[in-house]
Amino acid sequence: MNFDLSDEQKMLAEQARGLLGERSTPDHLRSLIESGAEWDEPLWREIAGMGFLGAAIPEEFGGLGLTELDLGVISEEMGRANVALPFFSSIVLAADAIRLTGSAAQKAAWLPKLASGEAVGTFAYVEGAGGWTGPALKATFEGGALNGVKTPVADAGVATVAVVLARAEGKPALVLVNLDQPGVTRTRLDSFDQLRPHYALTFANASAELLAGQAIEELFDRAVVQAAFEAVGGADACLTMARDYALERAMFGRPLASYQAIKHKLADIAVALELARSNAYFGGWAAGESPDDLPAAAAAARLTAISAFERAARENLQVHGGIGYTWEANCHFYYRRERTLAISLGSREAWADRLIAHLPGTQAKAA
Amino acid sequence: MDFNDTPEEAAFRAEARAWLDASAPAHEVPEGVKLDDADEVRRGRAWQRALYDGGFAGITLPKALGGRGGTVIEGVVFAEEEARHRLPKGPYMGIGLGMAIPVIGKHGNDTQRARFIDRTLKGELTWCQLFSEPSAGSDLANLRSKAVRDGDDWIVNGQKVWSSWAHESDWGILVVRTDPTVPKHKGLTFFVVDMKTPGIEVRPIKQISGASDFNETFLTDVRIPDANRIGAVGEGWACCMTVLMGERLGSGSSKSGMMPIIEYAAATPRGAGTALDNSAVRLALAEALAEERGGKYFEARLRTMVSRGENPGALAGMVKLAYAGRQQRALGLAMEIRGPEALAPSAGDAATHDLQYDYIWSTVMRIAGGADEVLKNQIAERVLGMPGDVRFDKNVPFDQL
Repeated sequence: MNFDLSDEQKMLAEQARGLLGERSTPDHLRSLIESGAEWDEPLWREIAGMGFLGAAIPEEFGGLGLTELDLGVISEEMGRANVALPFFSSIVLAADAIRLTGSAAQKAAWLPKLASGEAVGTFAYVEGAGGWTGPALKATFEGGALNGVKTPVADAGVATVAVVLARAEGKPALVLVNLDQPGVTRTRLDSFDQLRPHYALTFANASAELLAGQAIEELFDRAVVQAAFEAVGGADACLTMARDYALERAMFGRPLASYQAIKHKLADIAVALELARSNAYFGGWAAGESPDDLPAAAAAARLTAISAFERAARENLQVHGGIGYTWEANCHFYYRRERTLAISLGSREAWADRLIAHLPGTQAKAA
Repeated sequence: MDFNDTPEEAAFRAEARAWLDASAPAHEVPEGVKLDDADEVRRGRAWQRALYDGGFAGITLPKALGGRGGTVIEGVVFAEEEARHRLPKGPYMGIGLGMAIPVIGKHGNDTQRARFIDRTLKGELTWCQLFSEPSAGSDLANLRSKAVRDGDDWIVNGQKVWSSWAHESDWGILVVRTDPTVPKHKGLTFFVVDMKTPGIEVRPIKQISGASDFNETFLTDVRIPDANRIGAVGEGWACCMTVLMGERLGSGSSKSGMMPIIEYAAATPRGAGTALDNSAVRLALAEALAEERGGKYFEARLRTMVSRGENPGALAGMVKLAYAGRQQRALGLAMEIRGPEALAPSAGDAATHDLQYDYIWSTVMRIAGGADEVLKNQIAERVLGMPGDVRFDKNVPFDQL
């Protein structure tokens, strides 16, 4: 047993942290929002050049062929910098769906473009208040035509391709659709996280194709592991922000950080964060090396990461006091991103159910 | 990163499992059987002797000290395999193996190592820990028991408390004050003491559970030969730190955890199904299980650090901090799942009697081995770099406090 990142993974993390931290500063993020920008396109081009987009895409399709855990290392840094990039939509969801379920032709058509950043992908699964599983799923795919409304869909404004959950022959299925066609209408919505804009996508006889394989559950499992890494990065950033502010701010003649009420609050976050990070590591390892363990590992990573990020984002704002409620103080970026991650890809209850349903697999390792 | 055994670890696991399968059954304690303390210790000694004869006592202890000289991970592997059997393991053995041997090994002299370590590994010596006092719990260095030099002996007077299994112990590890004129951490000295020495009186403490596995220990003019002093006079605090580091990063494999509670919910009828079919119950249990898994993998990260010679320091306290609170809440939920009969089970309902006991017992885990609040301070100060608490006793001689 060796349960630590490798030296190469630590270097990758450092490289990503250095670049994203330098480019994705709070001031820069604020200016993106104020200018109405859809995303940080220059940074997208830059990280594409560094190979981050193709990290987990096979070499034959223009990627680096690295592991899920390597991708997790990058996802964590995306969360720490709270980036205005469609990395999660395009790489973690769309590219992974195509890599996991696409035919050779589908992979060849899209993976090289997604790896290079030339194309951006997204994943459209929700249908507004009506839900998105079981009988609630209304979008249909029939005879090569996609019909229905998916909303909200993250990053659809800049996406060129979407993987869409639709009903095909009565069953939920993954469908691949090029968004640059007359049958697709995109409507920008009032998004809670301004750095991750959401859209309504309307498909009216849009030309689409079924993905060859249909591993919907596995796709969700793999994606929530990456979302857990992103949440861990965000939680870590909040903890550091709160700690740094508490050290510099004095009250009643002593640093805020010297009060036990503050110390214990941050210690609790540190514990929740390390448990979550450990689950994310196991999830990343299981996704690549031990598929039988993945469903429970993914669910556990999801539950702990969201609860750590939720706590960290809330308490970071609280430690900052009134300043925390100002636009300039930056706490709100994480406060909004946290809810975005918590709600995307299913509720706390749904992942709790998945963990309980997959208990036997969790016991197998020790045997 | 790899959570699987390396080939060497897998070979060790196979060897350990084969040996345990052949050796453990004769020593197992049947489920639901409550032994009296003397019988339990007798069985514990016999199992320890079997481990010694089989070459599995002191897995990670260097060969020069009589151990197996194995890796940290081999220690974990053996503990995991051993946990598959219901063996008599308790503080009566754990304190000797996990606290006395490390402190004697690190701070003792060759004579002391030869005298105590091998016999402890063989199960011939059981140990208790004489650290805490009525006014020195989390603030351990505030202790008042004192030792005064008298020729080749020290004369000890004072009172210790929370001495687990002292009533069945052969020897104790003891820290006392030998110089009250210096600040409190500096005037302490460490000893080992034969619990049959005249002047030692062990009185059981009746706990909130009704059981008495803790004691208070009174020391009245107890003579301890200077040969039983561990380390230099005035360096008792360093010895205590060695002991406490061993206590924090124990093996997690023996912790009962969430699975029995989840299985219990799944076996408890509720409406048309079971308690686990209720979404509120399922959510609470799943969140606790997810945290528990995080703790398990976090321990794996810490063990990886230790196996490379790194010291996890205050990180080690995180595991217990998370575990103890979670376990207390989960056992409370288990009683709710059991329903009103949890308040008064019928005579033959051993499982519910155990649940009551475990719920009461879970309170102690948030206090023993560092109270929650102390661990949180350590994490804030040593991991997050936040300022130390205001201290009024720093650098003040003990006798002027």
